[in-house]
Amino acid sequence: VSSNGIKDRVAIVGMSCTPFREHFDLGRDDLLINAADEVLKSVGVTRQDIDAYWLGMASSGSSGIVLASALKLDGKPVTRVENYCATGSEALRQASYAVASGAYDIAMAIGCDKFKDTGFSGTNANLPPNDGTARTLTAAAMYSMILPAYSKKYGVDEDELRLAVAKIAEKNHYNGARNSLAQFRKETSAEDICKMAAVAGRLSVFDCAGVADGAAAAIVVRSEDAQRYTDKPLYIKGMSVVAGDGSGLVDPEYDFTTFPEVVAAAEDAYQQAGVDDPRSQVAMAEVHDCFTPTELVLMEDLRFAERGTAWKEVLAGTYRLDGGLPVNTDGGLKSFGHPVGASGLRMHYECWLQLRGEAPENRSIQNDRKLGVVHNLGGYPGEMVSFVSVVGTEKG
Amino acid sequence: MRGIQSYSAYIPYRRLERKDVAAFFGGASGKGQRAVASFDEDTTTMGFEAARLALRSVGGAEPDALWFSTAEPAYLEKSNASTIHAALRLDASATALDLSGSVRSGAGALVAALRSTDQVLVTVAGLRGGLPTSSDESDGGDGAAAILVGDDSTAPVIAEYLGGASETEEFVDRWRTPGAATTRRWEERFGETVYVPLAERAYNAALKVCELNPDQVDITVVTGNNARGVRAASNRLGAKALADNLASAVGNTGAAQFAVTLASVLDKAGPGQTIAVVALADGADALVFRTTDAISSFSPAKPVDEQIARHAAVPYGKFLSWRSMVEVEPPNRPTPSRVSSSAAARSTEWKFGFVGSKDRTTGIVHMPPQRVGISGGKTDDMEPVAEAETLATIATYTVDRLIYSESPPVIFAVLDFDGGGRFPCQLTDCDVDDIKVGTRVEMTFRRLFTADGIHNYFWKARPMGPKESV
Repeated sequence: VSSNGIKDRVAIVGMSCTPFREHFDLGRDDLLINAADEVLKSVGVTRQDIDAYWLGMASSGSSGIVLASALKLDGKPVTRVENYCATGSEALRQASYAVASGAYDIAMAIGCDKFKDTGFSGTNANLPPNDGTARTLTAAAMYSMILPAYSKKYGVDEDELRLAVAKIAEKNHYNGARNSLAQFRKETSAEDICKMAAVAGRLSVFDCAGVADGAAAAIVVRSEDAQRYTDKPLYIKGMSVVAGDGSGLVDPEYDFTTFPEVVAAAEDAYQQAGVDDPRSQVAMAEVHDCFTPTELVLMEDLRFAERGTAWKEVLAGTYRLDGGLPVNTDGGLKSFGHPVGASGLRMHYECWLQLRGEAPENRSIQNDRKLGVVHNLGGYPGEMVSFVSVVGTEKG
Repeated sequence: MRGIQSYSAYIPYRRLERKDVAAFFGGASGKGQRAVASFDEDTTTMGFEAARLALRSVGGAEPDALWFSTAEPAYLEKSNASTIHAALRLDASATALDLSGSVRSGAGALVAALRSTDQVLVTVAGLRGGLPTSSDESDGGDGAAAILVGDDSTAPVIAEYLGGASETEEFVDRWRTPGAATTRRWEERFGETVYVPLAERAYNAALKVCELNPDQVDITVVTGNNARGVRAASNRLGAKALADNLASAVGNTGAAQFAVTLASVLDKAGPGQTIAVVALADGADALVFRTTDAISSFSPAKPVDEQIARHAAVPYGKFLSWRSMVEVEPPNRPTPSRVSSSAAARSTEWKFGFVGSKDRTTGIVHMPPQRVGISGGKTDDMEPVAEAETLATIATYTVDRLIYSESPPVIFAVLDFDGGGRFPCQLTDCDVDDIKVGTRVEMTFRRLFTADGIHNYFWKARPMGPKESV
């Protein structure tokens, strides 16, 4: 990937996030209004003060009209973006690049999905009319294939590996239990998770992200204008998106122990941000733990662990709140829930809180590094879109 | 010389133990097993499997016609033969015809093919059942057979057609109106009194045409759906030896029964054997064959005995749900949308023929076929590569207990094909414990689901039997 990036040219000056819940009492428009009003209020601007809007929405509606009609925006450019489960981050990337280009002074990225009106379990993609030969498999099942592959490649005992990924869920539930916005706020133990019935490969329901309704939003401006809105802005250091060519499903060389799209996006974002050694430079990371094996592989793809060692780091507690590199301090998709269009912005919201010292005391990170990493993906092993950003509280 | 050039039966993998019916409902316990089509099979897919095996046994052929017969067609109005034609990748000029509806249409298709001058791939299939506890449910069987008929100018004839005779009579013994789930029948003894003279007349007439005495016939196949009639006729024909009609291992496959039985007889036949077939259904069709020297060098792709031996049980409850006799709770997931007819038509080679593409520059096999290859290929620099007959190895797999399926759970594997190419694919005809990384699989043509009355046919993989994988 070759990109120039927009390091320090754009700052986030306000963020909001609704509770992620089964909001049977709130509609899509309610969630959008709640998230938008909260962030506008925090920044001290009105809807009409925002020059342009990007709406990240995976499957709850189409076109910018969804947001424009909910907020009654008068003559505003509003664009709906969709990039699978990386939709929310994609909205932020579009808004940030638009501001960096100089086309607009102030823009909003808002992400939302409303799943719990379908009556079905899980998230369900609507395929366009097709020839009937497309793979039909739940995402859980696709990601469950990581475990036997990883076990084989690195010679890790399958039961030990199973416990290690359950520890990821345990950690994320621990963090989510300390987060009033999170969907699941009960702690649970890895041992109990291992005892649960398998639903996909060896994964249980507790290895899967929660499906929730919710919305999150950010307002971005040029960095030089940031102090007009807040004395604690969060600067965009790097942003990268890589859409895979699906070769992992075609190429027998692909072994299900890494996501090449993530490796490429991370290298691009790190290079833009000037990050050489993320393990020592990053204060915390929010990563796409849609399933527990996903977070395991991400630790290696994001260079938070050497190849073949993430399972040991997990067992050693490296990514816990009190570990060397806290990951998913807000509970992650696992515990916070996953309203697809909102999730990427929710991840940035946690960086917003943690890096600026506004996270609740019982889940504050304990280091004073200045950078956060967000990783957000959509799709499946072998065929995914991956987003990585680096954000920080200081310029330079 | 005209006759049979190749043949094969197809017996599905699952078996219902007849005693399991009595174990559930009470009553007298049946003996033996019946073959059961998987939930993802129908007469079309089973017919295809038999037809591909018959063609495989002769190293391929390009028949002038494909005639498909069944009393349980997957579609009315729309052709089923054309589906088999597409999956076999026969030339567009090969005439695919459905000779379907009645049980007799199976034997009738063979009679007509033997009287024709074309090379015809006769394909017959049966998917038999009845109400729970009925003898149709218990004694019926699922399966298919294909017989390649032609002159020795197109391929060696392994069983020469010596001659035959037919008798037709109008009477109501068994009947099913369109849309009805099960067949009904008259008191069996009435049919018996009609079938016995029909069988005698047809058999004797056929032998007369062939200038044979009954004791010159080495083995006689007698099949039909009136069990009493078949038994009585068998005893009255003066046959030297009667073929085992596989009732205890497969069951009565309806329109396919005569051909499945004949396939089993031919599997064991040496040269110079005289074989008679008497099929009883709304009349009688008697056909006489004599095997030739060519049968010595004929090696069936999957002998019937091997297919009978390689099986696994299906619990009675699952059988009932597969047959829609009981409705079970599906996973709480959306049911699939119907297949787009125009999209399917654009991808016939892939969807029905399992033909991928191979990048001429990089040599990389792409499944599904692509116009632009991975690894920086050029546009439209691909050649078709047929993968339906290629074996593959499981690279990794999983069990999906969440996804919608007519018979959960879904077992899914990433397959690496011999000679290159990878395809992630559903597995069938296996249980979770049968699968390991490294398991060898073959491709099989199945019905993935039906939505809005449109059947979605595509390919799945099934583990090879111990003999097959050598």
